[in-house]
Amino acid sequence: MNGHQKRVLDLLNENCRIPLEQMAVMLGMDIQEVAGIIDTLEKDGIILSYRPIINWDKAERNMVEAMIEVKVTPQRDFGFDAVARRINNFEEVRGLYLMSGTYDLLIQVAAPTLKELAQFVSERLSPLETVTGTSTSFVLKRYKQDGVVFDRQEEDRRLSVSP
Amino acid sequence: MSSRFVNPAIAAVPPSAIRRFFDIAGTMKDVISLGVGEPDFVTPFAVRNTAIDSLLDGETQYTTNAGILPLREEIVHYLQTRFEVSYAPDSEVLVTVGASEAIDIALRVLVRPGDEVLIPEPCYISYQACTRFALGVPVNVPTHAQNNFELLPEDLEARITPQSRVLVLSYPSNPTGAVMPRERLERIAELAIRHDLFVVCDEIYAELCYDGFRQPSIASLPGMRERSMVVSGFSKAFAMTGFRLGYLCAPAEIVRACARIHQYTIMCASRQSQVAAWNALRQGRETDYAEVSRMRESYDRRRRLMVKAFNEMGLPCFEPKGAFYAFPDIRHTGLNSEQFCERLLKEQHVVCVPGSAFGPSGEGHIRCCYATATDSLLVAFERIKAFLAGL
Repeated sequence: MNGHQKRVLDLLNENCRIPLEQMAVMLGMDIQEVAGIIDTLEKDGIILSYRPIINWDKAERNMVEAMIEVKVTPQRDFGFDAVARRINNFEEVRGLYLMSGTYDLLIQVAAPTLKELAQFVSERLSPLETVTGTSTSFVLKRYKQDGVVFDRQEEDRRLSVSP
Repeated sequence: MSSRFVNPAIAAVPPSAIRRFFDIAGTMKDVISLGVGEPDFVTPFAVRNTAIDSLLDGETQYTTNAGILPLREEIVHYLQTRFEVSYAPDSEVLVTVGASEAIDIALRVLVRPGDEVLIPEPCYISYQACTRFALGVPVNVPTHAQNNFELLPEDLEARITPQSRVLVLSYPSNPTGAVMPRERLERIAELAIRHDLFVVCDEIYAELCYDGFRQPSIASLPGMRERSMVVSGFSKAFAMTGFRLGYLCAPAEIVRACARIHQYTIMCASRQSQVAAWNALRQGRETDYAEVSRMRESYDRRRRLMVKAFNEMGLPCFEPKGAFYAFPDIRHTGLNSEQFCERLLKEQHVVCVPGSAFGPSGEGHIRCCYATATDSLLVAFERIKAFLAGL
């Protein structure tokens, strides 16, 4: 990762909807250079996706979300990776992390109804032979995600004119 | 009827011209303001937390007049390592309520009635007013876009008289964003020495320089320490405007005199602001000023965007190398800067500050702050374009 790549990432991470032309001005590079850097970052799997952070509660799309702590038996030669790959494939799984501490994997899941979410745990996750225990906690309210605070009154507290 | 009680010397100082725009903007919705004079970052969390901890620990008492010693020690270390000027923490530093207080008491200490204070302009609005409050005579020294708003030695020398006593130097400049390269600063220093001037150096924007430039302090030049005062503070580089914390550093005799006014009028700066500032400097020292750099890089991106946008829309914009303002030239619109800003605000709901608010040489320009979210800047540029198209 070179300095230019880092500067492009910092800017994209702040706002990835700035037109390429303006990005180039802001970074003091030419458009082709910025486009080339973004291409490389995408090809190298450093930038994986560009997606909005959505407050689904306001979008009136109701989803039941939960965090599931999972204990698993690591497999010889594959450790946790093999079971993680299995779990990744379930479409309800939105996030999956290997954790330190009292459990092994943390799964972030979302489903349209409580029943479907329960089915995921009881019929798809728990039966996996390496899974030895699960503990499901439901998300009641989302306050902050990826550094973005939900329901913040986006007001500029500064005086509109100051010396 | 009560106006007869107001001291005519105070009544004669006009109110700041920017106040009117604040009042108009306050009546409008959907306003994008490029008229602010402060960072759009909140003070870094760890610094805010220091102030909270201090309150929870019951640190609610006065501090010594000069400010808590650990803060003065950090200030000295900071100036030494970043700007190559050295002061003694116990006798040559005074912690003030913002750099504004430092400017006020500095001029009151240095200026005798009738003394002339040389003020390169366009400049921050308080130098002339504070000079007059001190019963001195402000003498404007014009600077111009064609010279990158640098102070030319010949322009300064032409205005030096036997009454000249103080030069107020403020680079990087609010409102122009100009900086002063070392060679030119050296010639100013020669003049100050030759004419026995004292230089009050307002370095509040010193950390915010771009394109690899670093603003040297005139106090660091040979022969200048004894006749210079460094004024700075935490508002800009550390995003701490509301904490109201600044400082002045100068030879002990000068600081002692400043402390006399400070002890009778202010007593001490807020203790919570002092501990927060202490931690801002301490953390800066330990992290190579990572937070300051992060904010500066963010300003720099938006600086490039704004300068290019103004040049492309036909408002020639000199490239500012410091602070967080652009100062485009609006003369060809046929409007003066006050008319331009008033109509822009009323017609397109964008606030800019007329250059004339910062001195006569600011006429024909507007001050635009780029410390505003990129999305808002892009909308503001579209609105200004629409405004120009409708002229």
